[in-house]
Amino acid sequence: MNWGGWSEFWAMGGYGFYVWGAYGVTCAGLAVEVFLLRRRTREAKA
Amino acid sequence: MSAAIKWYWFSSPQTFFPLAGKIARWSAVGAGLLAAAGLYVGFFVAPTDAQQGEAYRIIFIHVPAAWMSMFLYVVMAFWAGIGLAFNTRLSSMMASAIAPTGALFTFLALWTGALWGRPTWGAYWVWDARLTSELILLFLYLGFMALQAAIDEPRRADRAGALLAIVGVVNVPIIYYSVTWWNTLHQGASVSLTRAPSMASTMLTGMLLMALAFWLYSIAASLARVRCIIKERE
Repeated sequence: MNWGGWSEFWAMGGYGFYVWGAYGVTCAGLAVEVFLLRRRTREAKA
Repeated sequence: MSAAIKWYWFSSPQTFFPLAGKIARWSAVGAGLLAAAGLYVGFFVAPTDAQQGEAYRIIFIHVPAAWMSMFLYVVMAFWAGIGLAFNTRLSSMMASAIAPTGALFTFLALWTGALWGRPTWGAYWVWDARLTSELILLFLYLGFMALQAAIDEPRRADRAGALLAIVGVVNVPIIYYSVTWWNTLHQGASVSLTRAPSMASTMLTGMLLMALAFWLYSIAASLARVRCIIKERE
């Protein structure tokens, strides 16, 4: 276990902005693609 | 012989359609499980890096995204080339289906790289050979998609896109070897097939789990998209 608590986890040793900026945008990018694919699948079926 | 017949059977979009759906679903499930395992190892098992501190944890998504960006381009160019050479519709559809996912991973490789570069190098972006050739890869993906979107007749769009994809494939070895051919700020490969990886084994495990997760995600997304393309075209 690396972290003393949640606040330490979110702080990422002072690199929170960079680490969560990278992970956040990656999650968002994948989520947007999944959303668009679902919508396109629905529209293709109709 | 029977195997050959099977491949012809599945090269028909209509027969491939249900199979693609099944593979996409199971790949998506696998991607979710592997990503959960990879993130757990990446954040809770892998130790803090002695030089880079916690900022290094970006590599658990940066390296797999960069691998996928190059790998997907080669697969896209392969299917585009097959479609061009043998006039098989499904191959060209696969190429079109892969492009957006490849472009997304290229963007994510650049984005996560910038956020890693700032604390580590002191700059979000530098015009070194690795970063520049990866940016060109993004433009190749976007060019492929724009070119196909600009041509109304699907088979003509397939052929034009295939030419662009095949010409652009020379960029992939340039990206891969850029760190050895030129004196780049970007570090050399930490993982290669020819020698032992230069990182702690838990870090490597986290990275490989995430790479497998991204790989299965790409299969799921591409196959879901090819199903849409089949539905829309036929």
